[in-house]
Amino acid sequence: MLLNMGPQHPSTHGVIRFVVKTDGEVMSEAMPDVGYLHRSIEKIGEICDYNGFMPYTDRADYLSAMNANQGYAMVVEKLLGLEVPRRAEFLRVIAAEFNRIISHLLSVGALAMDVGAATPFIHALKEREKVNDLMEALCGQRLTYNYVRIGGVSYDMPPNCSERCLDFLDRFEPQWDEFERLVSANKIFIERLSKVGTISREDAIAYNLVGPNLRASGVDYDLRRDIPYSIYPELDFNVIVGRGEQGEVGDSFDRYIVRVREIRESIKILRQCFSRIPEGDILAKMPKVLKPPVGEAYVRTESSRGDMGYYLISDGSAKAFRLRIRTGSFTGMAIIQKISQGMMIADLVTLIASLDVVAPEIDR
Amino acid sequence: MTFDEIAKTLQEKFEGLVPTTDRAGDPFLTVPAAKIVEILTFCRDDGLMAFDCLSNLTGVDAPPDDIETVYHLFSYPKRHSVTLKVRVPKASPQVPTVEGVYPTANWQEREAYDLIGTVFTGHSDLRRIMLPDDWVGHPLRKDYKEQEDYHGMATTRPSLLNS
Repeated sequence: MLLNMGPQHPSTHGVIRFVVKTDGEVMSEAMPDVGYLHRSIEKIGEICDYNGFMPYTDRADYLSAMNANQGYAMVVEKLLGLEVPRRAEFLRVIAAEFNRIISHLLSVGALAMDVGAATPFIHALKEREKVNDLMEALCGQRLTYNYVRIGGVSYDMPPNCSERCLDFLDRFEPQWDEFERLVSANKIFIERLSKVGTISREDAIAYNLVGPNLRASGVDYDLRRDIPYSIYPELDFNVIVGRGEQGEVGDSFDRYIVRVREIRESIKILRQCFSRIPEGDILAKMPKVLKPPVGEAYVRTESSRGDMGYYLISDGSAKAFRLRIRTGSFTGMAIIQKISQGMMIADLVTLIASLDVVAPEIDR
Repeated sequence: MTFDEIAKTLQEKFEGLVPTTDRAGDPFLTVPAAKIVEILTFCRDDGLMAFDCLSNLTGVDAPPDDIETVYHLFSYPKRHSVTLKVRVPKASPQVPTVEGVYPTANWQEREAYDLIGTVFTGHSDLRRIMLPDDWVGHPLRKDYKEQEDYHGMATTRPSLLNS
């Protein structure tokens, strides 16, 4: 039987459609149909000037806007050969790691809700709201921050910001322990996730999975550690890799637990940043109109959904000649057709949620 | 390996490769379209290069007459990367598919076909991916003109500022 799922479906995390071939409860294939949120952001990148494009990067991945901002700023800075003030680098990393925490919070909360547990989702969103408040204090926005600027960041920390942030982290850590006690050891939850949608190490690399999805499949790789950028080389944190503790390596539970533990690593990074952040400028001296020299650059950053790559070609004018955004959700989506073969229909929802795809990031 | 070492290894093995290193940012290597499958297979299987991941594939308009396809390769064991480019004329924009070498190319080639109009010969499922199947034109080409209406819906509207 051929079934349609979506494009408006509560568990597809955005506007995505699946055409599902089934035999009873078992799927022979789920074919993703994407493009409903295509806004041609890459074309807009050729029309705007360099600074003007920054708000669009927020919209490319609205759950991880800081990381998207940072990647774009870095690719333009690479072509310009621009040095960013150290304080700005710290502020970027602080913002990006907070963003990673709330993105993962939403991801694991929504995963729990998709398999039938509403309470963890509310718990996760409650914490996310508090970070949103901190972000609002930092840059005035709660979702699409537009905080990073080419050459630095737009605002310095408001008064008492680091006290407020550290205070939040102190309260959040025990809350997160409680969340883990509630969910990670729950027998029903584990059984819904264990050995569901297993992605082997070879498939994960061949299909170009990135970020937590890749690490869950047992690949020990994190851009922040392995191709370090910004101030990450100075920071001490662990790269979380899936170990198959509740089934096999690369199953949905591994993807869940990698995100849960990455939140703790982000907390660790944040504490280090707040203790080391230097005084200084937050924006480098910039010309009014940016004209990077003729050339091209490809910069990859570790966003919440993994390797986010910006490929920029400049022809020396004030607008980009070509700007390509390579996102983790797009390649994550492409593997569903293969992995879904032989799965139960009910598990498709688990698979989508555990891959943490965000529809606007797929379609751009 | 550095770019120069990778370029040298490939140039010893294949003919017609042109490195470009004199521009700002990253250097790249332009390779003949007909050999792209062979070259990528070599890049993937060679023990020293071990490019097991096609990180990014995209199309770029190269006015006035050409289209480029760009391959960003990355190696997880060696942690190095390289950029390869293929240039084909707009009149017959045909590039062999590399889906057989890197499965991830399936969707990325569909996107490049959709937005820039490169035809990947031998691709198993070359359909539009972002735009509707009956859309006219490829938006990322520099000479792209949006169709005036789509199924009776206007695609543009008069500016509110001029009224």
